[in-house]
Amino acid sequence: MDQAWIPLLLSLKVAGWATAIDVVLGVAVAFGLSRWRSSARELVDSLLTLPLVMPPTVLGYYLLVLLGRRGVIGAWLDKFDIQLVFTWQGAVIASAVVAFPLVLKSARTAFETVDPQFERAARTLGVSEAAVFFRVTLPLAARGILAGALLAFARALGEFGATLMIAGNLPGRTQTLSVAVYAAVQAGDDSTANILVIVTSVTCVVILLAAGRLLPQRSTASVR
Amino acid sequence: MQPSTRQTVRLNRLSLYPRLYYDTLSIPFDLSIVFNLKHSLIAAVFAFTLQSAAHADEIVVSAAASLTNAFKAIGDAYEKQHPGTKILMNFGASDVLMQQIVKGAPADVFASADQKAMDKAVDEKVIATDSRRDFAANSLVLIVPKDSTFAPASVKDLTAASVKRVAYGDPASVPVGRYTEGALKEAGVWDAVSAKGVLAANVRQSLDYVARGEVDAGFVFSTDAAVMPDRVKVALSVPTQKSITYPIAQVAQSKHAAEAQQFIAYVLSPDGQKTLAQFGFKPPVK
Repeated sequence: MDQAWIPLLLSLKVAGWATAIDVVLGVAVAFGLSRWRSSARELVDSLLTLPLVMPPTVLGYYLLVLLGRRGVIGAWLDKFDIQLVFTWQGAVIASAVVAFPLVLKSARTAFETVDPQFERAARTLGVSEAAVFFRVTLPLAARGILAGALLAFARALGEFGATLMIAGNLPGRTQTLSVAVYAAVQAGDDSTANILVIVTSVTCVVILLAAGRLLPQRSTASVR
Repeated sequence: MQPSTRQTVRLNRLSLYPRLYYDTLSIPFDLSIVFNLKHSLIAAVFAFTLQSAAHADEIVVSAAASLTNAFKAIGDAYEKQHPGTKILMNFGASDVLMQQIVKGAPADVFASADQKAMDKAVDEKVIATDSRRDFAANSLVLIVPKDSTFAPASVKDLTAASVKRVAYGDPASVPVGRYTEGALKEAGVWDAVSAKGVLAANVRQSLDYVARGEVDAGFVFSTDAAVMPDRVKVALSVPTQKSITYPIAQVAQSKHAAEAQQFIAYVLSPDGQKTLAQFGFKPPVK
C-alpha cells in the first residue's frame, strides 16, 4: 500500500496548494473583472480562460519553456537557486494554471450576481470599501467561490499532462496519483495500477461526498 | 420590499450554472449548424473508410524510441522498393510497445532495444519466435549539456554534490534505464545516483532533458547522443555488463505476416544494415 499512499498524499498536497493559490488569485481577478468597465474585459477573461480549453501538453510546454533552467523566468529564478522543473512546487504551478479558470469563472459569476443594493446600503452606513468587500460582497459570493474551489481541487487532483511535462516522473517526489497510474501501466505492473486506480476512485468519491456536504442542497436552502 | 439575504443567495446559485457554460464555451444553439455538422461527419467517415481500403498493405512497426531516425529512413527506403506497401511507425519505450502488443495492439513487427522486452513478449506468446533476429548493437553513454563544465572521469563522479539531477529511462519500462541500472550497480553507485534520478518515459525524453539543461547529466545510447550534436556532448562511454543488442520479430497475430517477414528481411539486408550504420548503429554481435 506504500506505493499508493505516497502518491496520494503528494496529490492532495499539490491539489491543496494549487487550489489555495487559485482561490486567492481567482477571487482577486474575478472581483476586478466584475467591476471593470472596459471593452477589453471580455478579452482578458477569454485569455485567462484559455487553460480550460487548451491541451495540457501545450500548457506544459509553455511552462517548461518559461520556467525551465534556460527559460525566461527559470533562468532568473536559477540565480536564487530556485528550480521549479522536477519539483512538487512545479507540479503545483502546473495544476494551478490548469484549474485557474474554474475558480475565475465561478467567482466572477458569483460577484456579478451579488445585489449592489447591499453594498450601497453598507456604504451609506459609513463602512470602508475593504469592509464592504470582506463583510458584504465576499460572504454573498462565498457559495459560488466555494463551488469553483471544489471544481478546481478536483481538476488539480486529476492533472496529468502539464504536470508530467514540468514536474516529471520522480517517484516519491513528483509522482502524483495520475502520473503513478501512467508509470505503472507503462511498466505493465497491473497490480500496482489496480491499487492506484482504486485509491484514486475512492478519493474522488470522498471529495464529491464532501462537496455535497459543503454545498447544501437547494431544497434546504430555500426553506424560509 | 427588500429581498432577504437568503433569497439572493438562492438566485445567485440558480444563475451560476447556465452563465458558466455560456461564458466558457459559447455553445451555438443554432440547429442548422448541427445538421450541417452531421452531413460533414458522414462525409468524413466515408473518406476514412475509402482511404483505409486503398492502403490494404499497411504494416505497423512498433520500434524502440532509439530507432526513431534510423527506422524512418529504412521505412522510406522500403516503401520506395515496395510501392503499395505503407509502413506505419510506432515509436516508444520497448516495454510500452510490448505491453501494447500483449494487450492486442495491431502491430506486425516489434523491434526492441533490449532482449528482456522481447523475452517478455515471447513469454506472453505474442511473437512468432522463429522470426526473431538480432539486427543491431549499440552502446551506453553519459551525456551532459553542450555548455556544461562537468567532466566526469567515471560514473562514480555522479555522486558529487554539484550533480543534482541525472536523467535515465525508467528501468521498469525503458531498456536504457535497465542498462543504466546495471552499469551503476556494477560501479556501486546505484543508490547514490538513483536518489537524484529523473525517470524518463523513453530514451529520447532523457536526451531532451539534457538538451534543455534541466538535468546535469543523462544516460542515453550513443546513437541518441548523435541526434543532437549541437546541444549535448558525450562525457563518458559507459561499459555495460550485457552487450546492447536489438532484436526484431514478427508479431504472432499479424494479419500481414508475409509483408512483416519481408520488412524484417530488409532490415537485415545489406541495404538496411547500411542505413542503420549511417545512424551509428553497429552490426549485431554474433
